[in-house]
Amino acid sequence: MKPKIAVHKFSSCDGCQLAFLNAGEQLLTLSELVDIVHFVEAGPVAPDEQVDIAFVEGSITTPHDVERIQRIRSQSHYLITIGACATAGGVQALRNLVDGQQWINAVYASPQYIASLATSTPIAAHVKVDLELWGCPVNTRQVMAAVRALLFGVVPEIRRDSVCMECKREGNVCVLVAKGQPCMGPVTQTGCGALCPHFGRDCYACYGPAENINTPALVNRFAGLGLLPEEIARRFLTINNAAPAFVDAARSVQP
Amino acid sequence: MRRGDVSHPYLLHEAEIVTRVQEAPDIFTLRLRFSAAARQRDYTFQPGQFNMVYLYGVGEVAISIVSDPEDDLLYDHTIRAVGRVTRGMAALRAGDYVGIRGPYGRGWPLPQAEGRDVLIVTGGLGCAPVVSVIHYILKRRERYGRLIIMQGVKHANDLLWRERYAEWARQPNVEVIIAADQGAPLWPWRIGRVTDLFDQVPFDSERTSAMMCGPEVMMRVAVQQLLARGMNEADIHLSMERNMHCAVGHCGHCQYGGKFVCKDGPVFAYPQVKELFGVRGF
Amino acid sequence: MPKPKNKQTDPPRYPLRYLARASLPALLDSLRAAGYRCIGPQLKEGAVVYAELDTVEQLPRGVHDQQSPGEYRTQASEDERYFAWANGPQAIKPWLFAPRESLWQVARDEHGRLRFRETSPQVTPLAVIGARACDLAALRLQDQHFLHGAHPDPYYQARRESLFIVAVQCSHTAATCFCASTGDGPRAERDFDLALSELNAGYVVETGSQRGASVLAALPLAAATAAQRDAARQQSERAARLQTRALPGRNLRDVLFANLEHPRWDEVAARCLSCGNCTSVCPTCFCHAESEQPALDGAHSEHVREWDSCFTQGHSYIHGLTIRAETRTRYRQWLTHKLGSWHEQYGRSGCVGCGRCMTWCPVGIDITEEASAICGEGT
Repeated sequence: MKPKIAVHKFSSCDGCQLAFLNAGEQLLTLSELVDIVHFVEAGPVAPDEQVDIAFVEGSITTPHDVERIQRIRSQSHYLITIGACATAGGVQALRNLVDGQQWINAVYASPQYIASLATSTPIAAHVKVDLELWGCPVNTRQVMAAVRALLFGVVPEIRRDSVCMECKREGNVCVLVAKGQPCMGPVTQTGCGALCPHFGRDCYACYGPAENINTPALVNRFAGLGLLPEEIARRFLTINNAAPAFVDAARSVQP
Repeated sequence: MRRGDVSHPYLLHEAEIVTRVQEAPDIFTLRLRFSAAARQRDYTFQPGQFNMVYLYGVGEVAISIVSDPEDDLLYDHTIRAVGRVTRGMAALRAGDYVGIRGPYGRGWPLPQAEGRDVLIVTGGLGCAPVVSVIHYILKRRERYGRLIIMQGVKHANDLLWRERYAEWARQPNVEVIIAADQGAPLWPWRIGRVTDLFDQVPFDSERTSAMMCGPEVMMRVAVQQLLARGMNEADIHLSMERNMHCAVGHCGHCQYGGKFVCKDGPVFAYPQVKELFGVRGF
Repeated sequence: MPKPKNKQTDPPRYPLRYLARASLPALLDSLRAAGYRCIGPQLKEGAVVYAELDTVEQLPRGVHDQQSPGEYRTQASEDERYFAWANGPQAIKPWLFAPRESLWQVARDEHGRLRFRETSPQVTPLAVIGARACDLAALRLQDQHFLHGAHPDPYYQARRESLFIVAVQCSHTAATCFCASTGDGPRAERDFDLALSELNAGYVVETGSQRGASVLAALPLAAATAAQRDAARQQSERAARLQTRALPGRNLRDVLFANLEHPRWDEVAARCLSCGNCTSVCPTCFCHAESEQPALDGAHSEHVREWDSCFTQGHSYIHGLTIRAETRTRYRQWLTHKLGSWHEQYGRSGCVGCGRCMTWCPVGIDITEEASAICGEGT
């Protein structure tokens, strides 16, 4: 029997699911290797089915989410979070740093209908996560490599080197050194192929913190480039707003 | 560009798993044979050398060869399922195929130890590299003097090959001393750290060669014990482990100071490594 | 191996020639006619980098550079010169030791049988134009590493054997240059096919090999005049004189390994990003990681190697344990290897004084300063 796969969505933009939907021929290959039993955006709906691998997109932001993720965990053998929302709270975790209720009151005409938690939290804050795939969004290579490894019976391999390693292999010119751009590459996890520096712009850390990072040193460097504390904090708090290493870095400049 | 895989240092050869033996919950032995008869016939190695063993689609790991070099039918790898690749290998069964390249590195100085006593010190969960030495000496018993085997384990239940040790201990001129930090019911050996046992087995430091492998902390203490009893540094050999990708001294991962463990080792005479031995981070 | 060529026997003495700047295109033509693809310096994304060179118009005419730890800028000028700058982020290394390369492929059939197949390097003979003395020193070290052991690397070897080198003698020094202190420059003395000293209106041309002489055969050359030769020599001397940085000694092996617990390792670890940029731009760093790229359907797989760094976690990973988990030991590994244990491995330091590791360090860590702090000045 083919292994079963589900793709679940929580608070998110759906962009990570495109890693499957835009996979072209690989999506066909995947559907031959596994049964995709639940993937609302692609068609199949069976949210309660027992699966071998559950991919989870999005962060936990409502009381209902809290319940639902428990259920998904209990019916999934191996749970993989995909993307910044599911692994580090996402853009919406900016609310963790302010009084979210104030915003709700300001934005909605009838705020009493909004059932929202005060925080946006990663999946791992609620249930055991077997593997985290970082990125905003994750790409096809990441999700397919994870499936392939699991089908081979081994743990998927995640490299947590800096973006710089990949950037140099690509032969890009360092935008921090040559242009003084506040590039987040030195503290950001590889996986994107150094996409932004390849097009001459600074990395904005959408793949989350790399392994063994030194944020104080990069904060100092950005200050040397003339960035204000608020601007430095924003470099760390854009996409992965509940990643502890980035939150700490931002707080260090803007308590 | 040279043609043919003879000159290609990274290309693997297919080998079949003839037998698979589960040694302990997370330790297993693969008995292998190259698919190509000529390769099998020409393949030779020294005890202490290693092969790169490849799990299809996953990757390679460096694994010591534990069988006897004169066994030309099969060669054995005893593997502990501890990393990504080796855990995957644990699922392999007889009749499956792996990739092999090797042998690599320098083995134990067995020819130089002929006519001498040999003291084996190991720790951890049964240390494959020295098992090859024990087998080698037992098979050529007349060429060596006393054989003393010291093995330390954390818990009595961790000892692999209990029967094998008992069998070794029955051989003439062989002493086996095993110590567990924690004992268990019916544990026939000692309680305590292996390194505390040197006093219990007097050896002639002039005519003894020591060969050891296991956790570096254990080897460090053992080296001190041996030196304190008058053994020459050059008579102490140890097998080192480091990350290895290429196995031919190119990839740089296994560097230990100026040494490449893959080609200058994995077996070193103690003077070769003593400068960094015990310094964390190398 | 065609190189090193003329080291043991006396090299044939080729006379110094002079090539007018206007005739530089003829050199490219001659190289192409000899079957080489030309690679040369060009201004791209704010830096002088090496790329495919079709015409001399692509060369960075009038470009000057300003380098300091963690900073690199170029400036345009009216200068007619093409090579009036010190080294950019890369020169020869990526063309020989590829940043990413497939080593072999394997297919698995329905019976589980594995069929391994080596990949052959795609080799077009390359002519690299603009290599500096430090690059050639680094090339000799990479040759030693990849070619002179028991298992020559076939990929590096194939490209190395067909490499043609047009060196350029440095006329400009960056603040980060210190090749004079390592003994590797600024003049290239050997291991080039041709070497150019760029003057105001043309080039004094040195010939280093028979191949170099052949390429020159069709060019409109004159004998170099005494004044031209003097100008070239003075330029090199000036480039050496202007270097402000230096390592505290040629062989720091013993003093580094005697200082493994020096407090400076902690200080530098507080500044170091552990990002691996220094090792990637270093022309002698050889570390690489191998990984597996299986096809999704599981029918075949590819084994790939790519540049790695002693600053990554994976570099010292061994069955569940990372031997160098923190930056202090990673930086110490880099420096004690580069300036220390290279002596054991290859008979000299692994540093050629190019200064790239400090220019391209995002936080500007200066290897000469760290080495001096740890080894003491004037060791």
